[in-house]
Amino acid sequence: MGKYDIIVDEMEAKLRPPTIGLKPYEPKVIPLTTGEDMLVREAKPEEIEMIVEGIRPLLDHPKDFYDIVSARIIAEGLGMLRHRVQDEYFFVGAVNGEIAGIVNGRLVNEKVGMSYHTMTLKRGARVGAQLFAAKMEYHFDFMNQDEVWIVAESPNGFKRWMIEYELEDRFQCPHELGGVPTFVLTRALWEKHKANKNVGIRPAAELFPEVIEANEVLHMPAKLNV
Amino acid sequence: MREVGIVGIGHTKFGKSNVPFIDMTCQAALEAMDDAGAKTGRKNVIDQVFIGTMAAGMVQRISGLASAVVDTLNLRPAMAETIENGPASGASAVKLGFMAIASGVCDCVLVVGAEGMRAVTGWEGTDFVATMLHPEAEYKYGCTLPSFAGLFTRLCMDKYGVTSKDLSIVSVKNHANACLNPVAHIRNVVKLDRITDERIINATNPLVADPLRQFDMCPVSDGAAAVLLVAKDKQEELGFGGKKFIRIAGVGSATDTHVVANREVPTDLLAVRLSAQMAYKMSGFTPKDIDVAELHDAFQILEIAESEETGLFPRGTGHLAAREGKTEIKGEMPINTSGGLKAKGHPLGATGVSQIVELVKQLRGEAGERQVEGAKTALAINFGGFGNNVVATILTTK
Repeated sequence: MGKYDIIVDEMEAKLRPPTIGLKPYEPKVIPLTTGEDMLVREAKPEEIEMIVEGIRPLLDHPKDFYDIVSARIIAEGLGMLRHRVQDEYFFVGAVNGEIAGIVNGRLVNEKVGMSYHTMTLKRGARVGAQLFAAKMEYHFDFMNQDEVWIVAESPNGFKRWMIEYELEDRFQCPHELGGVPTFVLTRALWEKHKANKNVGIRPAAELFPEVIEANEVLHMPAKLNV
Repeated sequence: MREVGIVGIGHTKFGKSNVPFIDMTCQAALEAMDDAGAKTGRKNVIDQVFIGTMAAGMVQRISGLASAVVDTLNLRPAMAETIENGPASGASAVKLGFMAIASGVCDCVLVVGAEGMRAVTGWEGTDFVATMLHPEAEYKYGCTLPSFAGLFTRLCMDKYGVTSKDLSIVSVKNHANACLNPVAHIRNVVKLDRITDERIINATNPLVADPLRQFDMCPVSDGAAAVLLVAKDKQEELGFGGKKFIRIAGVGSATDTHVVANREVPTDLLAVRLSAQMAYKMSGFTPKDIDVAELHDAFQILEIAESEETGLFPRGTGHLAAREGKTEIKGEMPINTSGGLKAKGHPLGATGVSQIVELVKQLRGEAGERQVEGAKTALAINFGGFGNNVVATILTTK
């Protein structure tokens, strides 16, 4: 058994959340300003485990709220690995086998999504902006949801999401992350902004087999230089 | 007039500072003093300290910065003044240091430029920078520096045929140079096709102030830079005889209308032209003598326009020179070898001093991979407001 595997007895089954069912996310390749190509795909369980371990040094990194975000991603990763969060997903952005960024979220119900976090490990190439758009693409264009609830820990996130996507405020709805006021990306706003925000080339396997191969096995950056 | 030169330089890593503001300022100062071999306490020979900063009071809630630095560095009872001239505060401080020595009032002056901008959010930063604009005619209507740069760029596009791609060419060049500069804020390679490809441009290089996109303007940075100035006739006596003397051959500064709309020709940067002409006249050099230049590219259009106003290229051809690679390190007129404000970063009050530090490195032959071969004479333009107060400096080994 792996580190996080649990025997599913009657009690464990009751402790696990119900599921609506996540659909697969089709990988895509995003051209970065650096000239590199970033593959965006679902994270495998062993990669989530690697992320949970690998971002721990950021717990002591208050700059741009990496400390809170890393703490929460670790908890969310463990929640997914140990089956304590409903319909959660992790995507990674990867460049030449190295994880450049992480996004995650979950389904609240069939029509509402809950955005969790976006963490950039390769800064200065708009990796976070691209991964956030990929996450929204998943909720709207793959899961066919009506809206996604979003909050941001850092001013960077606020600028990228709340302002650039003109998010609708719905302050009466406390978000799962700390109960702070919720902002909402509606389908109408997504349709308005996605042409400018959401890029990526598919089918990645046919058009960029070398990128797929280079990112088959991932590793964390040798140094977390954020 | 006495000969004045630079014998020490210091520079912090630009970007996000994790040390208190006064410490960051002192770090650059100490580096410059160490470089020159200057001592503190009883052995101090620095008569005067000038600190260039635009927003230490507004952002850091620290006024009287020069007094604080003098005491922290144990340079008492040296004279100390804080100089404010918007984003040209640094070059103004260098100019005043030059004047203090040239006039005979001082023999040795420490000049530091410093700014801590990342203590506030981006939009608060944009707001405090906009306080340079006319309070009644511009600021209160929401004008910002990026908005003026957008209007200026559009006019240059219409008049001279500058294209969005030309701005990107300048940007890519400056990012490439910054990759060679260990103290630059952003050290990422940027590829031209990735920030100009129409299919992805809105995602990789989004519009900020039409027609300006993200890669057409500088980041928001913390940082400090310092230079130690000394009179040539006192260099030996003060203990700096072993250091190469980079002479300040000319300084010039000029002003233009506070309200941008009042300018006769809106595509002209008159204060750049006049300040450069003053510096050329004082130095006896002409644009043909300049081997390397640091131009204030807070917006990429400014590098192009300033390269014309300073006479490095004929009017209306700066963008063509960039297209042809003439402004690259190996080109015929290298500009912003440091990475410029675009990629080295732009901590307002530090920028003018930082430009001088880069040029001193070039003239000493210490610029490493970004060294311009045989550089002997250099020009810096530090631009305040939207061109309403500009300082030009010419340095030389001759």
